[in-house]
Amino acid sequence: MSVNKGEVVTIIGGSGSGKSTLLTCINGLEPIQGGKITVDGTVVHHPETDLNKLRQKIGIVFQQFNAFPHLTVLENVTLAPRKVLGMARDKADEIAIKQLSHVGLGDKLSVYPSRLSGGQQQRMAIARALAMSPDYMLFDEVTSALDPQLVGEVLDTLRLLAAEGMTMICVTHEMRFAREVSDRVAFFKDGHIHEIGTPAQIFEQPEKPETAAFLKVAH
Amino acid sequence: MFNYTFHWHQAFQALPQMLWGALITIEVAVISMIFGIIFAVLIALCRLSHNRVAYGVATAWVEMARNTPALFQIYMAHFGLGAFGIHLSPWWALLAGITFNNAGYMAETFRGALRAIPATQTRAALSLGMGPLRAFWSVVMPQMFRISFPPMTNQMVWAVLMTSLGLTVGLASDLAGVTQELNVRTFRTFEFFAMAAVLYYLIAKAVMLGARLVAWRLFRY
Amino acid sequence: MFHTALTLNDLLFLAKGAGVTLAITAIAVLFGTVLGTVFGALKAQASALAMAPLTFVLDVLRSVPLLIQLILANAFQSIAGLGWSPFIVACVMLSLYTSAYCTEIVRGGIEAVPAVTRRAARSLGMTWGQDMANVTLPMALRVALPGWIGLTLGVMKDTALVLWLGIIELLRSSQILVTRLQEPLFILILVGAIYFLISFPIARLGGRLEQRWREND
Repeated sequence: MSVNKGEVVTIIGGSGSGKSTLLTCINGLEPIQGGKITVDGTVVHHPETDLNKLRQKIGIVFQQFNAFPHLTVLENVTLAPRKVLGMARDKADEIAIKQLSHVGLGDKLSVYPSRLSGGQQQRMAIARALAMSPDYMLFDEVTSALDPQLVGEVLDTLRLLAAEGMTMICVTHEMRFAREVSDRVAFFKDGHIHEIGTPAQIFEQPEKPETAAFLKVAH
Repeated sequence: MFNYTFHWHQAFQALPQMLWGALITIEVAVISMIFGIIFAVLIALCRLSHNRVAYGVATAWVEMARNTPALFQIYMAHFGLGAFGIHLSPWWALLAGITFNNAGYMAETFRGALRAIPATQTRAALSLGMGPLRAFWSVVMPQMFRISFPPMTNQMVWAVLMTSLGLTVGLASDLAGVTQELNVRTFRTFEFFAMAAVLYYLIAKAVMLGARLVAWRLFRY
Repeated sequence: MFHTALTLNDLLFLAKGAGVTLAITAIAVLFGTVLGTVFGALKAQASALAMAPLTFVLDVLRSVPLLIQLILANAFQSIAGLGWSPFIVACVMLSLYTSAYCTEIVRGGIEAVPAVTRRAARSLGMTWGQDMANVTLPMALRVALPGWIGLTLGVMKDTALVLWLGIIELLRSSQILVTRLQEPLFILILVGAIYFLISFPIARLGGRLEQRWREND
């Protein structure tokens, strides 16, 4: 599978089908047993690849918000730009404030994550990843751990990003979202892509029976 | 009832000297805590590593520190190291012994704290492009200290109390040492050591209070 | 290759010292635990105000170095004309010292038993004593035991301090040998090994118990 710049690809599939693992393989957190993953021409699992540099280009947001509890919202977002990119404090603050306002957390800068709702923490995680100005964003079931009423605000943020032209791969259970936002949808089964196509193709006229079966249950 | 007159005024006269001794006591305790913490972090990391040598040395340190008396550890520093040509003065032997002890106990505390921090924190930090060391320093270690803070406070109090063992290796400059010097000269054992006991109690309380303030300031979240 | 002047008699001498260490430990732990249980149960039941004097005394016992306490106690019994041997002074002070820590352990154990459980027991018609004996104390014991084992080992190590009063326990015995044989490192290592061999298995046992009980919860 290849993803082009500006594309939004959604990955759907049953639990344990390997969807999340794919994302953690892309940024080198997980090793691979076979095949190859390249990002902008760099082979991810090559021994000489600088993974830290690579991860600056790829932002990833996980199902668990992973807020750093000992830092305020602003500090959470400025940590990586300052320490990894060596940015000066005021420049990092500027970028952080911009991203946090973008996701709707502009008024929560000096609050600690423990005071935020799940949806707010997840949006902070998104802003934190965006603050590194990545070229690509990976979203791993980012709404699955949220209470239903908080899911909407996070999906809205994702829609916003997609509309702005960010290259995204989203693993999700939210079928309606997948349908609306994706350029392509991939159905994962048993650790590989079973079927891939446009939302219209996958959702209306799936070729494989397993895809149809999954969609019937998931809908 | 008592065939003895208490000479409290002598004890009060000696108060300034004892206060200087108390300062030395606090000094030794603080230095032993600082180095103890540094070693403890390294030991805790070694205990979590896969390197056999690192794990072995770290585990040996922890088990020796926790299964032998602190006094023994101080004796080792003062008398035992002599066989290797290292002759530590009483002050250095006391410091070495207490530091060794502190490091061993706190390493276990830190190891437990590290196990309580979800691996996903490290994963998130790495995903932002941080290297493993930076991820540990900026994300994991602060949380480890927060979790470990109450035991660390207790350890600090114990460090202060352990300094009294300097008596047994001839240290004369800390609170216990000063008190003993006065005792040997005047034989007013009870009065002087009672005063010393009060001072130790006050120092211990001050440490606990200080810890409460530090916690309030540092751990606002 | 390796030569030592240590004889069998010397080893027996060390063993005797170890015996003194263990004897003092046993006495201190016995009396300390009994006292600590009483105090801990009291503190768990009674108001903080009523307990304030006791709390203060126990706090002092934990905040003053044991060595200083031993010296003070020895000086006091001499002034008061009590005529106690150093051994008795050591046992008394170590018992009080142990009880101070044991109080907190017991109190923590009792308070760990949920009030609802105790209420359920009383609602079934049990008296306060029956509740204590059949419900509260067994549950409290599980929580308190690992801490108590740790305390016992701690007391065993702290008995080394009684050498200052002239008692020939394990560490002092080793120092006497060192003075005679001039092999400080070897004898110290030997003594360290003895302490280790006494302490380590019990510590491991305590850890294993703690783990097993935690899994069963």
